[in-house]
Amino acid sequence: MICTVLTVVAAEIDLNQYFGGLNIIVALTIAVFKASLVVLFFMHGKYSPKRTQMVIIASIFWLGIMLFMTMSDYVTRLWS
Amino acid sequence: MHRTGELFGQYKTMEQQRETASLGMWIFLSTEVLFFGGMFMTYTLNRSTYPDVFSEASKTIRLSLGAINTVVLIGSSLTMAMAVWASQVGKKKLLTIFLVATLVLGCVFLGIKGVEYHEKYVEHHIPGWNFQFGEHPDTATDAHTQLFFSLYFAMTGMHALHMIIGAGLLLWLIKESMRGRFTPEYNTPVENIGLYWHFVDIVWIFLFPLLYLIDRH
Repeated sequence: MICTVLTVVAAEIDLNQYFGGLNIIVALTIAVFKASLVVLFFMHGKYSPKRTQMVIIASIFWLGIMLFMTMSDYVTRLWS
Repeated sequence: MHRTGELFGQYKTMEQQRETASLGMWIFLSTEVLFFGGMFMTYTLNRSTYPDVFSEASKTIRLSLGAINTVVLIGSSLTMAMAVWASQVGKKKLLTIFLVATLVLGCVFLGIKGVEYHEKYVEHHIPGWNFQFGEHPDTATDAHTQLFFSLYFAMTGMHALHMIIGAGLLLWLIKESMRGRFTPEYNTPVENIGLYWHFVDIVWIFLFPLLYLIDRH
């Protein structure tokens, strides 16, 4: 749980990296890591019944569909 | 309706009843995931279309305040988790203390957010008639900069609204916990509002890097 606070500090140091594009990957990876910790431990996702875990995974999956499908549409619109 | 932890007819065990309540909360939260997901989608699309304008605009938000707020909010999630734990083991006094701590941290977050909004107001960074960005205004770029700030206000504003609702729910929890209503047998409201509070924290965990940390190097 204290680890969650530490990652905030890590996020601030990590942005000073000089790789274009890597910054957002690092920032989002840390965000996903922090969010996972919150879901698994604060929200007891790890100790929930399978049924609840399925809903958690389904919501992430639906979000993934929305982001992936929409972006794959827009980035392949060569004519606009 | 005043529930105190009796078993309802449609359930076989207390455990089943509790699991059902938390499952329902999770289903609500998954609709919230998609609600905020739509805004994240809009943000992703516009950022990938206007990367330079977005990074310039993002640099004008105060990083220190955002970072402090992240720590404050994760701290409030921690106290909320402790409150849920306290309610499960029946430490009634501790429960009230942790709930109050969560509420205080939540209010600190909203206060800092208010300072940030005021700063944007003074700098004329709020989209609209008085919008002004940089030394040499350029209509085309300005429109895209306003897009960033519109998204900034929409996303953080919607997040703040969730925080305000959460604070209201916490007030009610504090009132009920002071009356000693929550016991190890019955603490569903604490648990579910806890889930809600953590969800709002997660939204901020993603908002912070996307709005504040883009192109700070």
